[in-house]
Amino acid sequence: MLKISRLNAQVDGKDVLRDLSLEVKAGEVHAIMGPNGSGKSTLSKIIAGYPGYSVLSGDIQYEINGRYQSLLDMEPDVRAKEGVFLAFQYPVEVPGVSNLAFLRMAFNSICRYQGAPEMNEDKFRKFVEDKLKIVEMSPDFLERGVNAGFSGGEKKRNEILQMAVLQPRLAILDETDSGLDIDALRVVANGVNRLRSPDRAIVLITHYQRLLNFIVPDHVHVLAHGRIVQSGGRELAMELEKNGYNAYL
Amino acid sequence: MSDIVDPAEYKYGFVTEIDSDTAPVGLSEDIIRFISDKKNEPEWMLNYRLKAYKQWLKMKEPAWANVHYPAIDYQKIRYYSAPKAAGPKKKFEELDPELIRTFERLGIPLLEQKRISGVAIDAVFDSVSVGTTQKETLAKYGVIFCSISEAIQERPELVKKYFGSVVPYTDNFFAALNAAVFTDGSFCYIPKGVRCPLDLSTYFRINAKDTGQFERTLLVADEGSYVNYLEGCTAPMRDENQLHAAVVELVALEGAQINYSTVQNWYAGDQNGMGGVYNFVTKRGKCVGRKAKISWTQVESGSAITWKYPSVILQGDGSVGEFYSVALTHDHMQADTGTKMVHIGKNTKSTILSKGISTGHSVNSYRGLVKFMPSADGARNYSQCDSMLVGQNSRACTFPTIESKNPTATAEHEASTSRISEEQLFYLESRGVGKEQAVSLLVNGFCRDVFKHLPLEFSVEAVKLIEMKLENSIG
Repeated sequence: MLKISRLNAQVDGKDVLRDLSLEVKAGEVHAIMGPNGSGKSTLSKIIAGYPGYSVLSGDIQYEINGRYQSLLDMEPDVRAKEGVFLAFQYPVEVPGVSNLAFLRMAFNSICRYQGAPEMNEDKFRKFVEDKLKIVEMSPDFLERGVNAGFSGGEKKRNEILQMAVLQPRLAILDETDSGLDIDALRVVANGVNRLRSPDRAIVLITHYQRLLNFIVPDHVHVLAHGRIVQSGGRELAMELEKNGYNAYL
Repeated sequence: MSDIVDPAEYKYGFVTEIDSDTAPVGLSEDIIRFISDKKNEPEWMLNYRLKAYKQWLKMKEPAWANVHYPAIDYQKIRYYSAPKAAGPKKKFEELDPELIRTFERLGIPLLEQKRISGVAIDAVFDSVSVGTTQKETLAKYGVIFCSISEAIQERPELVKKYFGSVVPYTDNFFAALNAAVFTDGSFCYIPKGVRCPLDLSTYFRINAKDTGQFERTLLVADEGSYVNYLEGCTAPMRDENQLHAAVVELVALEGAQINYSTVQNWYAGDQNGMGGVYNFVTKRGKCVGRKAKISWTQVESGSAITWKYPSVILQGDGSVGEFYSVALTHDHMQADTGTKMVHIGKNTKSTILSKGISTGHSVNSYRGLVKFMPSADGARNYSQCDSMLVGQNSRACTFPTIESKNPTATAEHEASTSRISEEQLFYLESRGVGKEQAVSLLVNGFCRDVFKHLPLEFSVEAVKLIEMKLENSIG
């Protein structure tokens, strides 16, 4: 579903990703772990199309209807419409715009693009209220401004809610577990596990092994200095927890 | 009607081909006599105009605003232009169908069967009111709603009492000019204790070339009455600048409330700053009685130059003044707008909420004055001025002034400037929302606290208008 090949990227003139390659197949869950500053967040934002980061060389190929196409040529909203979703590490506040209105706008623009029927407000509200149960939040949440004045935990839950509503094919979660207590972590993990299916892929970016107790990955990669230095199974994460990242610094 | 330029950019930019009765170009005592004569005015009104003209000759055009434009040649403007087939006494059915069509095309149906329910409309075309709807319904409640020209003829006692009582002709250069040459506008009187059963609305249309529009509106709310008033404005797209110098006076007696909303969408000029309306407007309300309330809400989205400060004089004890404003500038527009709140009475209260959005190469300034007179014990003001910049070439300025001559008065001021951030845009886009839609979502969120003070239909219009303008300016 996703093939990243020899990707080199810069942020503010500094090399952050160096010849990074990664392949993710449909149905798989990958965990990318690594020390701070290893390029984890940069990778996730580049996949989603953040305009501030420049790709020097390499490619990100994404499978659409059985054919691979470069994501790099697509605007961020087109990537989203093709089923790419990024749960942000620091979700942005958009005051004055209600969560519900925003979600519906996003949902319907994706539907329109994919030729699926759009939903009116009543129908959509019911649809979302159902999804709210997954993240264990009350319906008042929908009337509030997008992330405006939300606590850290609420923002993360809101990302999972958006993911549950938009039902992406490729979901990337950028440190969604950071700053969460154990209950919130369970809620977030539950949301992700519900999305797992043979035709979807999930990439978890995390610093800690803890999340992987709740979402069991098929593959674990260690990212250091902008490239993947080691790949393995679940046991690699356990090892990292025991020994830390020192071996890769 | 003919379209001059691609109407997708400014859909109100068409010109109506209609026979007009016009004054020669230029300004003199003779022109003022000509206007007064056309309107068959009584002697006292003509004398008032002439006094104002003499005053104007002694005054200088103000230069303190943060706007720049070539000097206006007042001798090159036409001060009167009226469609021949219009007149205050005519029924709509007798009007030139071209006029009816013009207003329909602007979204203002005048004929009975198509009227918008709940709103009475006075339609002003160049220098004259072509008619006022729903007069009969209003008359049942004793509400007078007609053109100012008609009021001068038929209710001289009310006009004499209040005309110029809030904005005297000595007030400023443009107010003096207006007092000398005003052509038409609306008059409204709400009797004691009456809650006006309909929203009142005036729609201003400048059509004729080289013609200035000098409208004059006077609204009087007697004790304990209540009225919502809406104002809309458009003009054709022309390469020449058109001058619009209006005066609006509001009078609220004891316990009365006036909500005055404007959606101003005069032609703003083209992408290179060519053409557009120069909008120099004096709008002021006076809370004469105790616990009177005047609330201004404005959406300023047009005009090449906007110079406008809807203000409230809080004379009655416990009276309330409000100013809610969204000003959007794009391309080469310049807006210098804000408010004055003058606290005279005890425990008077004012609220200012201003949202400025600048895109393109435009300059958007907020200018505000909050003044507490020595008598204003316990008076309070809260001001919030937020600016949002879109793109790298636009500018926002804030000039707030607080003058207090009373130690018990309190003022709070908050201000912020933000640029639509790449992070915010990216966040919205990453959810599948296209860039243009994302920008208008952010802008509408920014303006929400002002839009919610508009009547529902107006607020839907305002959102659409802002979205359309943004679409054209962020490409």
